[in-house]
Amino acid sequence: MRYILVFLAFASAAFAVEPSEMLDDPVLEARARELSKGLRCLVCLNENIDDSNAGLAADLRILVRERLTEGDTDVEVVQYVVDRYGEFVLLKPTFSAGNYILWFSGPLLLIFGGIGAMVFIRRRSKAEPVLGLSDEEQEKVAKLLQD
Amino acid sequence: MYAELGQYAIILALIIAVIQAVIPMIGAQKGWNNWMALAVPTAQIQLILLILAFSALTYAFVVSDFSVRLVAANSHSDKPTLYKITGVWGNHEGSMLLWNLILALFGAAVATFGNNLPPALRARVLSVQAMIGVAFLAFLIFTSNPFLRLDPAPLNGQGLNPLLQDPGLAFHPPFLYVGYVGLSMAFSFAIAALIEGKVDAAWARWVRPWTLAAWISLTLGISLGSWWAYYELGWGGWWFWDPVENSSFMPWLTATALLHSAIVVEKRDTLKAWTVLLAILAFSFSLIGTFIVRSGVLTSVHAFANDPERGMFILFILAAAIGGALTLYSLRADKLKSASVFSTISRESGLVLNNLLLSVAAAVVFVGTVWPLVIEFSTGEKVSVGAPFFDLAFTPFMVVLAMALPIGAILPWKRAKIGRAIKPLWGALALSVALGALVWSLQTGGRMMGPIGITLSSWIILGALADLGTRARFRQIPLSGSLRRLRNLPRSDWGKVLAHCGLGLTIFGISAVTAWEVEDIRTAQFGESYNVSGYTFTLNTVEQIEGPNYSSLRGEVSATKGAESLLLYPEKRIFNVQQVPTTEAAIDMGLTRDVYVVLGDLQDNGGFAVRVYIKPFSNWIWIGTLVMAFGGLMSLFDRRYRVAAPSRKAVPIAAAPAE
Repeated sequence: MRYILVFLAFASAAFAVEPSEMLDDPVLEARARELSKGLRCLVCLNENIDDSNAGLAADLRILVRERLTEGDTDVEVVQYVVDRYGEFVLLKPTFSAGNYILWFSGPLLLIFGGIGAMVFIRRRSKAEPVLGLSDEEQEKVAKLLQD
Repeated sequence: MYAELGQYAIILALIIAVIQAVIPMIGAQKGWNNWMALAVPTAQIQLILLILAFSALTYAFVVSDFSVRLVAANSHSDKPTLYKITGVWGNHEGSMLLWNLILALFGAAVATFGNNLPPALRARVLSVQAMIGVAFLAFLIFTSNPFLRLDPAPLNGQGLNPLLQDPGLAFHPPFLYVGYVGLSMAFSFAIAALIEGKVDAAWARWVRPWTLAAWISLTLGISLGSWWAYYELGWGGWWFWDPVENSSFMPWLTATALLHSAIVVEKRDTLKAWTVLLAILAFSFSLIGTFIVRSGVLTSVHAFANDPERGMFILFILAAAIGGALTLYSLRADKLKSASVFSTISRESGLVLNNLLLSVAAAVVFVGTVWPLVIEFSTGEKVSVGAPFFDLAFTPFMVVLAMALPIGAILPWKRAKIGRAIKPLWGALALSVALGALVWSLQTGGRMMGPIGITLSSWIILGALADLGTRARFRQIPLSGSLRRLRNLPRSDWGKVLAHCGLGLTIFGISAVTAWEVEDIRTAQFGESYNVSGYTFTLNTVEQIEGPNYSSLRGEVSATKGAESLLLYPEKRIFNVQQVPTTEAAIDMGLTRDVYVVLGDLQDNGGFAVRVYIKPFSNWIWIGTLVMAFGGLMSLFDRRYRVAAPSRKAVPIAAAPAE
């Protein structure tokens, strides 16, 4: 659909991670890639900085790599970025009180839906088959009997 | 002149839709046959008018009439003719006209081919269909008029987004729209059933083919979009959990649930109220998807507030349709009583589990999609919900679904002995676990995703085949007898097996490419070879070439592995009108792997940035969805839908021989 394109237009230009940005240490670079996949490119729609080729995404990618070379842990790097740009950069929202509904809606619906389904199945397995007449038909019978 | 004709046609269509919405409904309530009968010609005339309007707009695009504002804003005389035509729906106004055209198409189809429907039901269904039509025609005319003129007309247009100039994406919207709008049919049938207070096997037999047709189209539309993203966007991603994608995925999940629950209504005369609710929800998700995509609410709540006209209009349609339908449902659903009995271990229970998992999965996608809006409205803060969340919150439901699927599918109706019913599945289970273990032992330090995916997908596929084997009484009777039984199986049984196998194949493709993809990014110097996953890559040349409406940098990259030798030509294109660069990845597609090469920028040291991916088994993702859609098509052409649906009087018990 069309609107996907509006944002993809940012992404399509060339490609995201440039060879010049990459770290020489393959372990650090792999960590940088993994972290980048969870951080949002702020000017794009729901795109991570690893896939985006917007200028700001490149800045953030370099920032992540700088922090990693400084010796930060993964958590510290993410915290560093969040401190500067807010929780908006996290593609996976924090597991905090404000987001409980988001995190728990699936499991809760499954539990309640599951209970509902169990009750329904139980009732169906115990119910007597309805072999009687419908209201309409009973009315008809009553009418016929009257005549 | 023809633009005015198109304008006139849509206004006339609106007036006729109003008549179709009101008169047949009154007729059905009062039992006036000629009032009810009016639904048929009005539905047909609406289709004719909308074909006329759509043709007028298409003509304006083909001849590049820039005095029509929409054409000037979205087309260009240099554009290839194919993309002039697809450009008709490559914009908001044109795509809404297409939406209305498809809506009218479905309405006219029921009017024309629904002679075996009870007249009152047909009148009510068409009336509800026309109410949706009134809402969307009004939306088209008052907020998104495609026929507005421009004076003076510009010499040339502003062109179409280059990304849209691609066959995969050009045909993606019509498929999606047939899917979205097709679900309106299930909705209209659901509302009519609520008004009548009656749902029976015959009702389900009418609803299922329409839903199936919509589902097939939706499946194809989503696949096309995902395949397009894979080859066009330049990093081989195929699903992004983007809100726009989600808004097509939610109706798909709900429609899938609806397809399964409608079988229960048809065959076992139970699960009625739930099926009606699903029919309402499936179309509601289509409307919500339309709202999310069309209102601009995605970009931000503020963008929505700045230009609220269209968004408010759809929000109003949304509130009226969903609110009205659910209110009617709460008032009337208790009329829809179930008559049949089944035990806890039965196909019915299996399908209830299917519905539970699919609905909860759809709900998770829904909550994740609207969560940023909810938070921004309630606290003013901005949060993001992206792929990492959905991977974590959505996938478990699909894993459970995949585990339960072969068992639920093989259980007999009414009541089953679990031990006996799943006896044919033990072989499938053992084999799929063995396959998973084999893959696990072969891979070096890879993720668990691969082995688990292989186990689940082979469990689904082998389970479906085992089901087929049981049906054919394979190895119980002589082979020729089994083959004859296979040939004589109803097409819907074949459809079921194929659709389930398709799901297995898609799961296989997804897990294989996710687990074992290899990526390499580097600055390649001309003539210098390097090794990625067993392939030797060399950047031979980069040259400038000219396309019809773009210029391009084209690289030649050779890749060799043993006797295999490939030449790949990745491009970077700049479109002349928009000056937007796009990448054209060079992909050598194969059943076991794709070799995917992307050309980047010239680097300071004279080399070019080159990105290379080896993507194992990625095409099985789309082969799987195609098989799924084909399974749906087989079911659609099942005999019981082709022969006249049974009349309502003769329904309940003896419904099987439908002559």
